[in-house]
Amino acid sequence: MSTEENKVTSATEWEDIPAEKFQIIGTDDFSGDIIARPKVGYWADAWRRFRENKIALVALIILVVMVIMVIFGPAISGYNFEQMDTSAINQTPNAQHWFGTDSLGRDLFARVWQAGRVSLAIGIVGAVVASVVGSIYGGIASYFGGIVDDIMMRIVEVLLSIPYLIIVILISVVTDSKSMGTMMLALTLTGWCGIARLVRGQMLQLKSQEYVLAANALGVSPFKTIMRHMIPNTIGIIIVAITFDIPGYIFSEAFLSYIGLGIQPPDTSWGALASAAQQNFMFYPYQLFFPSIMIALTMLSFTLLGDGLRDALDPKLRK
Amino acid sequence: MDQVIEKLQNADNILEVTDLCKFFKAGRKQTLKAVDHVTIGIKRGETLGLVGESGCGKTTCGRTMIKLYEPTSGKVVFDGKDISTLKGKDLLEFKKNVQIIFQDPYASLDPRMTIGEIISEGMDIHFHFSEEEKTKRVADLLNKVGLSAEYANRFAHELSGGQRQRVGIARALAVEPKFIVCDEPISALDVSIQAQVVNLLIKLQKEFGLTYLFISHDLSMVKHISDRVGVMYLGSMVELASNYDLYGEPLHPYTQALISAIPMADPDGEATRERIKLEGEVPSPINPPPGCKFRPRCRYAMDICEKEAPKLIEVKPNHFVACHLCHQQHK
Repeated sequence: MSTEENKVTSATEWEDIPAEKFQIIGTDDFSGDIIARPKVGYWADAWRRFRENKIALVALIILVVMVIMVIFGPAISGYNFEQMDTSAINQTPNAQHWFGTDSLGRDLFARVWQAGRVSLAIGIVGAVVASVVGSIYGGIASYFGGIVDDIMMRIVEVLLSIPYLIIVILISVVTDSKSMGTMMLALTLTGWCGIARLVRGQMLQLKSQEYVLAANALGVSPFKTIMRHMIPNTIGIIIVAITFDIPGYIFSEAFLSYIGLGIQPPDTSWGALASAAQQNFMFYPYQLFFPSIMIALTMLSFTLLGDGLRDALDPKLRK
Repeated sequence: MDQVIEKLQNADNILEVTDLCKFFKAGRKQTLKAVDHVTIGIKRGETLGLVGESGCGKTTCGRTMIKLYEPTSGKVVFDGKDISTLKGKDLLEFKKNVQIIFQDPYASLDPRMTIGEIISEGMDIHFHFSEEEKTKRVADLLNKVGLSAEYANRFAHELSGGQRQRVGIARALAVEPKFIVCDEPISALDVSIQAQVVNLLIKLQKEFGLTYLFISHDLSMVKHISDRVGVMYLGSMVELASNYDLYGEPLHPYTQALISAIPMADPDGEATRERIKLEGEVPSPINPPPGCKFRPRCRYAMDICEKEAPKLIEVKPNHFVACHLCHQQHK
């Protein structure tokens, strides 16, 4: 009962408060919204997010070390990769020959890094060429649309339906060579088709996005719209596609060299090294071990790197 | 019909739409009639509400009016100029004067750009400001729409739906337009934010003397913001009247059904409210029924409705209806 009475009195008291006792203190401004974080650009922000992903960072470090070794490795050992030494054949790894020697007495350390040059070059150049061609092709198809798009995409489908082994064999027969250039040509000839489809799909999706319509409504020219909205929103996907494509090319090269359609001696690649070592595998397993571990490590690193890049380049995943 | 067009068009109008059609190809031989002979005039400084069910062509109508889509036929005149003939400088001037606020605040902001970049995108094209002035203007605009200037450095995904919609409004305001198409600006927001955004739009309209085309399917919101309301059904305008007339005395059977569906805040009123339930589904706009498009669902359907499509006729002063029954009753 007493609490009720209290309430009543307090209510009457409240009514009795004279107006001058009230003071206008104003409304809250936006002081609660002030952000301490400095302005970060898109790429700086992507790098910040990439660094947080430890696995991808390790993959990147492995790849950087790999590239450095591929460039300087053949010179470090002091042996030429082609130099044969009949007094030191099939040696196990030792102080003179860190990775041992092969059946012709060639230093495997020098040969593995020399082979890496070919493998990595084919992987990176192949993926970059395929991406550039594919992006332009897919971009044109989606930009013009209609009948142009239909014809261009049917061509892609026809090319994709041809097994690449047939193309490689045909090209090596026609050009009568099995050099690195021929391999690259053979692999990129149909390799760009996947990226073309990817870019076309992405661009078509972006074309109908409301922010592209908004740019149109603001009077932004088509060229500027492509440069400011379409490409920045596709570039992440293209970069990720490149990193995922590189191991594919490396593996294709290794596979072709392994079955004897690729790089020919005395030049070598990881696939060719593995192929040569396979005959002596029972007696000298380390000859197979080094090129295989390089192939596996590179492919794994690129895949993990691609994974990390995909997360880092998507600002929506920012924490 | 010509009489109606004359009646709907006069010197006060900022935008005049005559017999606007927008058809899309749906498959090889079929066409989807999204907007089918729509005629409206929008007066300077007013808010015209446009309501209708999903898929009745409200958005397409709004987008075609501001040249985001090329009309299949018909004429749109903005400020005395036919927009289909605009080129170069005139076209840019038109785009500056006419802006749009989109429905989905998540899709309408580029995820790769900061809020500041998004808002200043239009300024870069239409004005030549120094970097400092641009930053200042962006801050002003952000404050106007109720956001802190600090947001300029943030990315869109860091903002909530209501904040994003405010950025969308700021982007439209940045080029100092005269006419804004509000394409369901509130339907993606929750109710408390809806009121904030609508009140913001009303405040900005008073401040800048804007004209709005307010597209929505929320009838009570349209009632709150609009001066006049147009009701669309399957690509056609079925009724056009002042806010007061349309909600007070809806004439078209479809409008009556829509109005009867508005829930009431009063529980007693809600309990006794008479609802007109529409039978069946909206027919496909690819193959609309002949005659009056609403006939299959209309409880007053007559013989003439099947034969002849009703025209939009003024049955009372400034109250236009496209319905044979109403035409007969108000002769």
